[in-house]
Amino acid sequence: MMRVVNGLIDWVDARLPVVNAYKKHMSEYYAPKNFNFWYYFGVLSMVVLVNQLLTGIWLTMFYSPSQGFESVEYIMRDVQWGWLIRYMHAVGASAFFAVVYIHMFRGLMYGSYKPPRELVWIFGMLIYVALMAEGFLGYVLPWGNMSYWGAQVIISLAGAIPFDILPFIGPDDAKDIGEALTTWVRGDYLLSTATVNKFFALHVVAIPLVLVALVFLHILALHEVGSNNPDGVEIKQNKDENGIPKDGIPFHPYYTVKDLPGVIIFLMIFAVVIFFFPTGGGYLIEKPNFVAANPLKTPDHIAPVWYYGPYYAMLRATTIEWLGMSSKTWGLIAMGGGIVVLFLLPWLDRHPVKSIRYKGWLSKLLLFVFAADFLMLGYLGTQPATGTAKTLAQIGTVYYFLFFFIGLPLAHRFEKSKPVPERVTGGH
Amino acid sequence: MSNDGVNTSRRTFLIGLTSTVGVAGAIGAAVPFVKSWQPSAKAENAGAPVEVDVSKLEMGQRVVAEWRGQPVWVVRRTDDMVANLDKLNDQLKDPESKDKQQPPYAANEWRSIKKEYLVLIGICTHLGCSPLFEEEPTVELKYGGFFCPCHGSKFDLAGRVYEGVPAPTNLVVPPHSYVSDAVIIVGSEEGETKA
Amino acid sequence: MKKLAVALLFSCLPAFASAAGGHDAELEKAPVNLQDKVSLQNGAKLFVNYCMGCHSLEYLRYGRMGEDLGISDELTLKYLNFTSEKIGDPMKNGMTAENGKDWFGNPPPDLTLAARHRSPDWIYSYLTGFYEDESRPYGYNNHVFPSVGMPHVMAGMQETLSEEEFESNMGDITNFLTYAAEPIAPTRERIGVYVLVFLAILFVPAYLLKKEYWKDVH
Repeated sequence: MMRVVNGLIDWVDARLPVVNAYKKHMSEYYAPKNFNFWYYFGVLSMVVLVNQLLTGIWLTMFYSPSQGFESVEYIMRDVQWGWLIRYMHAVGASAFFAVVYIHMFRGLMYGSYKPPRELVWIFGMLIYVALMAEGFLGYVLPWGNMSYWGAQVIISLAGAIPFDILPFIGPDDAKDIGEALTTWVRGDYLLSTATVNKFFALHVVAIPLVLVALVFLHILALHEVGSNNPDGVEIKQNKDENGIPKDGIPFHPYYTVKDLPGVIIFLMIFAVVIFFFPTGGGYLIEKPNFVAANPLKTPDHIAPVWYYGPYYAMLRATTIEWLGMSSKTWGLIAMGGGIVVLFLLPWLDRHPVKSIRYKGWLSKLLLFVFAADFLMLGYLGTQPATGTAKTLAQIGTVYYFLFFFIGLPLAHRFEKSKPVPERVTGGH
Repeated sequence: MSNDGVNTSRRTFLIGLTSTVGVAGAIGAAVPFVKSWQPSAKAENAGAPVEVDVSKLEMGQRVVAEWRGQPVWVVRRTDDMVANLDKLNDQLKDPESKDKQQPPYAANEWRSIKKEYLVLIGICTHLGCSPLFEEEPTVELKYGGFFCPCHGSKFDLAGRVYEGVPAPTNLVVPPHSYVSDAVIIVGSEEGETKA
Repeated sequence: MKKLAVALLFSCLPAFASAAGGHDAELEKAPVNLQDKVSLQNGAKLFVNYCMGCHSLEYLRYGRMGEDLGISDELTLKYLNFTSEKIGDPMKNGMTAENGKDWFGNPPPDLTLAARHRSPDWIYSYLTGFYEDESRPYGYNNHVFPSVGMPHVMAGMQETLSEEEFESNMGDITNFLTYAAEPIAPTRERIGVYVLVFLAILFVPAYLLKKEYWKDVH
């Protein structure tokens, strides 16, 4: 029996480098031995991705874009176990962002974007952007009233684009490029089945293909340069006589067995939400989405899902008119800029030290305030923009950009860093 | 890193235990995905039992109902038609209805609950065409029956298949029962299933 | 730094938990108990008799309701159904959107998801919130839905029953609509417990396995 199996492996391996790939990415991929709590969230992102792909494929078997709202209730009631598959997908969307945000924050804390890991970070950011697009498109599909009006607001943003970027798409009767662009995205003069059909195709085929490809590249790039760690020490600089990093341990079995209990804990939290709080008190599935899309009636309070909160807060907080551009345009620039600036992170951070552990007090303070600021903006984005909330959002938006353009490039000049150790610390 | 004093048997045991419980969980998690392929409540409702009132059906005639997207025939057989059923037994593949092509209560010489009413799914057991009803004797069917125009399969007035035709088995008798003397419910056995 | 970050992460959770419900403060607490079959059956009976002439439950099927509420198909078809022939049919009514618009200004909405769209408390407060107001076309207005187009169809019941009995009836209708909005809810929670118990069991060998392997790492 074993001979047959081994023979088969040899046969395949002579034609496809499976053994090599297994070694390179699993049994001989040496990861630093000092990974801590924050290092679970990469593998958790993978778990949620698989969950989204599986449940998503199954939902397409029962959903029909021409009857978005009805078909979701059909899934929830008539399809056997459809309710569970739908809740896993809807809650999974929020879980995806939760783990990805923490994963990104980990990168920010330990300088995981700094050389030689710039490409790892860039691919990660592309995943994040694709995920935001995917989340938005998926949010529209249940075709509830919040889907409708959320889509209405976001698509209208295209109307803020002040110059002709795509002159060939404009119908002759559109009054400007913004209107032409929104009509083009909708495929109709209002949000309609034409729009839902289009979004469905993008949500279930186009973006998932891109996402999976990007995840592949993210991991490939990571395994080329090797993982960072909480100390920001390059373990490849200290190898033993066999060329193995002294602070490294094989990913398999050490990190596979370490990740497993972490994944189980995550699944427990995930299951608590799915089975006991599937609408998340209105944060995961919003109340207005339990009534079908109605072009004549806007819900009392329109808010994006929590994971877009920070950028939506920046969009609304921007009220300046400058350089002949409207506040709507500047809002779009602030929102887009908030995302673009993250791509520039590897080059904005000029600190000689990677990990926050060995950076000085100022860096620590700035990072802490940034995290609080991001959470605050996220919360404000889901709330009505009234007096104080609006002022807070404006302050938060300013700090967000100051952190990236002033704080990260200059902080090291005003503080004294701690000495970075030669070898990783702590642990076992 | 050091591999001194590794307790191999404990490792093997824990791997086995974790894998076993994990595989059990994976199977459990697969249940919703597998079950979701079953007919939904909507499909069950569309495929719900169908009542057929045969009180106005004339002797020797047939009525066609639809159940789960299939034609269901109810033929009201005359006494002659019933009497002729056992005359061609040597030309039939399964004259005693041994194949489970009918519910137990229709596994008799006339393949129905009441001799008078024959209930059949009107789909040829060869390749799914719907055979023609011949109430009068023809060259092919000495005492009448069903003739499939697609590939020439022949069935008698109990839906039993002839020898020497492509159809392999008798026509299917669907589950059915009597709500009253002359109302048949197709797809449900909650009514009377005795003559 | 690590502790700080974790603290930060969790400090935001209460903020998330408290919002999104909105302005439910002035609403009465609805007596919802999905295990109380008597209440649900009474709610179903009242809904079908008083509400269903105008409000459908188009995503709920008669048979499903009967099964969940412990009513046989026969009784469901006989006493809880005035329009449909088949037990598997959805609970629709004969009123068209045009009729509704003509009679009440707005077509009466389908109520299958009302308890999820509004809230059980809102429905209960609405049902118990009618008061006389001569300026309105039907002579009644409502505390939680000012200028409501719906007449007070249960005015007769409110007059003949004691306040306590009336509120209990309205509670039963609310309970029934809460059921209708998510019939799977009790099953969902039951399965949730099994899933959590299973994951807790799986955690034990997985954790021991991790411990065992990490003995190698110094």
